[in-house]
Amino acid sequence: MEERITFKKNKAPLGKRIGNAFVHVFLAALAALWLMPILWIILTSLRAEQGSYVSTFFPKGYTFSNYIRLFTDTSILNFPKMFTNTLIIAIFTCIISTFFVLSVSYCLSRMRFKLRKPYMNMCMILGLFPGFMSMVAVYYILKAIGLSEGSMIRVALILVYSACTGMGFQIAKGFFDTIPKSIDEAAIIDGATRWQVFTRITIPLSKPIIVYTVLTSFMAPWVDFIFAKVICRANADQYTVAIGLWSMLQKEYIHSWYTCFAAGAVVVSIPIAALFIYMQKYFVEGMAGAVKG
Amino acid sequence: MAKERTKKPDTVSLGRAIAEGDYKVKLSMILMGFGCMARKQIGKGLLILLFEISFIYFMLADGIYNLSMFPSLGWREQTKVLNDAGFYEYQAGDNSVIILLYGVATLFVIAAFIVLWVVQLKLAYKLQVREETSRHINSLKEDITSLFNQNLHMTLMTLPCLGILFFNIVPLVFMISMAFTNYSKEKDHLILFDWNGLTNFGRVLNIQGNIGKQFWSVLLWTIIWAVFATFLNYIMGMILALIINRKNTHFKGFWRFCFVLSIAVPQFVSLLIMHTMLTQQGAVNVILQNLGLIDTALPFWQNPIWARVTVIVINLWVGIPYTMLQVTGILQNIPSELYEAAKMDGAGAFTIFRKITLPYMLFVTAPYLITTFTGNINNFNVIYLLSGGGPTYVGDTAGQTDLLVTWLYKLTIEKQYYNIGAVIGIMTFIVLSIVALVTYRNSASYKNEEAFM
Repeated sequence: MEERITFKKNKAPLGKRIGNAFVHVFLAALAALWLMPILWIILTSLRAEQGSYVSTFFPKGYTFSNYIRLFTDTSILNFPKMFTNTLIIAIFTCIISTFFVLSVSYCLSRMRFKLRKPYMNMCMILGLFPGFMSMVAVYYILKAIGLSEGSMIRVALILVYSACTGMGFQIAKGFFDTIPKSIDEAAIIDGATRWQVFTRITIPLSKPIIVYTVLTSFMAPWVDFIFAKVICRANADQYTVAIGLWSMLQKEYIHSWYTCFAAGAVVVSIPIAALFIYMQKYFVEGMAGAVKG
Repeated sequence: MAKERTKKPDTVSLGRAIAEGDYKVKLSMILMGFGCMARKQIGKGLLILLFEISFIYFMLADGIYNLSMFPSLGWREQTKVLNDAGFYEYQAGDNSVIILLYGVATLFVIAAFIVLWVVQLKLAYKLQVREETSRHINSLKEDITSLFNQNLHMTLMTLPCLGILFFNIVPLVFMISMAFTNYSKEKDHLILFDWNGLTNFGRVLNIQGNIGKQFWSVLLWTIIWAVFATFLNYIMGMILALIINRKNTHFKGFWRFCFVLSIAVPQFVSLLIMHTMLTQQGAVNVILQNLGLIDTALPFWQNPIWARVTVIVINLWVGIPYTMLQVTGILQNIPSELYEAAKMDGAGAFTIFRKITLPYMLFVTAPYLITTFTGNINNFNVIYLLSGGGPTYVGDTAGQTDLLVTWLYKLTIEKQYYNIGAVIGIMTFIVLSIVALVTYRNSASYKNEEAFM
């Protein structure tokens, strides 16, 4: 509540300066609070002394050896392998889900057909089931079609990450809804087919939402860990980065791997954070569009 | 030509198709696709016929067997038999999970076949009507071009729909059907199990039983958690956005960047870090002890109350920047005419906030609030990675901070109590649907969709 009072005070001309200064101090304190864990993990990744036990906030010595070990010590937890696995899965997932999301959203936004409303209602109802309730069942299905062993696990994970993306159409549909329909109509009068309208008019006009979809679907395999864990089970050579990092914090590894975990976390976070900050404006635009629709 | 094809053919009911169809239509009831083949649509007709033949083949080869095993879910146990060479050999018995899965799959195949049967019959009748009124009948080539034009949705949506069918609907039905069996590690029913009706639901809902007691306490905590996590995040996130967006705040971009950076870090990474920082020997406890502020380590994850408060507070850390980011977009979206009109009428800044900003935000973000609320009920990551559901009392399967979803995960993946897990999943669904229905129907944006447009 305190914040709101300062907000009100600020509007009063008398205490304007003091209030304003106070707001900035307050924001700085909050920002420090929010950035502390991030600073902490970066410091830990550079820490020279091993182990998860620390007595000071700042490390006693700095080193890059945690990063070097992360990428060279492949005996127990093979991080480079996990990195490649995740990269392959992410690339394919990204292609398939972008195609799915864009086509479904375009159809729901622009076409009118009998199953349109039922489809949207169905997605809403399915969305109410806990996401991984069906995980065990999916595992059995993948096993029944022979995708649960060896390198087929990658295919299985790609399918799991991309198959249901047709349900996440809301944001892209909201964006398509904001493109004026008259453009489509004009093109159709000029003799364009729906397909041509989709590929030559709608897609080129939708750069923000395409960037958004591509990046979010690319990021999904890097940050998911439940599905990957259920499907990989004990196949350690198929692990993705998320499971790898998670295992580094388990009792048997935490002592020798804690600083490497921090290094791994930084390595994974930098590209994701960069992508996220880059697409932040698309995120806001997409949200605003979706809410409007 | 385009005009001719966009004209909607008469909508026909199945009854009318059967009653008024000529012999070509009637023959399609048995020989599927005949109605198409007899009326110049040979390619389409052959395709439908091919589906019928493969369906019959599937039913004869597997389908009928799968269905016959479905009611009993198998009974043959694995046995040892002495073979000719004098060695014992294991003879595989029935595996109820596989029988259940194949049974469910077969039911889906049959349902798909029935849909195809109805559709082709209606199609045959439509073609008959078209022929009688001497209207144009599409050739195969025209049908294909229409798939890229007015029927583009069929082309584009087939694959996504198949994905949802195979990776969401079929598994869900499979999982729901488990709720009515005794498939569980309890009493060792992992390979052979039976249908047992509503027994599992009775166990979960019965407040006197062990499972039932845990269920009600987990449900209560799930709701408390969702309410706190949603509304605290919403209010604080909005206040933060307003403070940053204030006219007199300097370095807006910088502040926003600081908060956005914390969501840009993958959630599982930041949550795992938080977890290790707050353990007994974690950084927070050690540093506080070294500074002499506390004597004994704070029981962040050991004491139920501490653990519950901690997850809610850390969820604020996770959630406030999200809310801020999303709300910022909408705040900038408020039509400036509304503000100008209010200023013309002499309204002060606070009145503008109370009369325009707040109602507008509540109106526009009502759907967002609902999704956040349901999302929080299903918030697996925060709980599982932070507290792991703990602390857990001896003899319980659910910990004190477990939500329905994390409990579901523990029951199915860790404990292999599949039947109880499935019931919990269904219960979660019921809770979510009630919340979604009640709030959605009462929200202003549902009642008056155009208010701010």
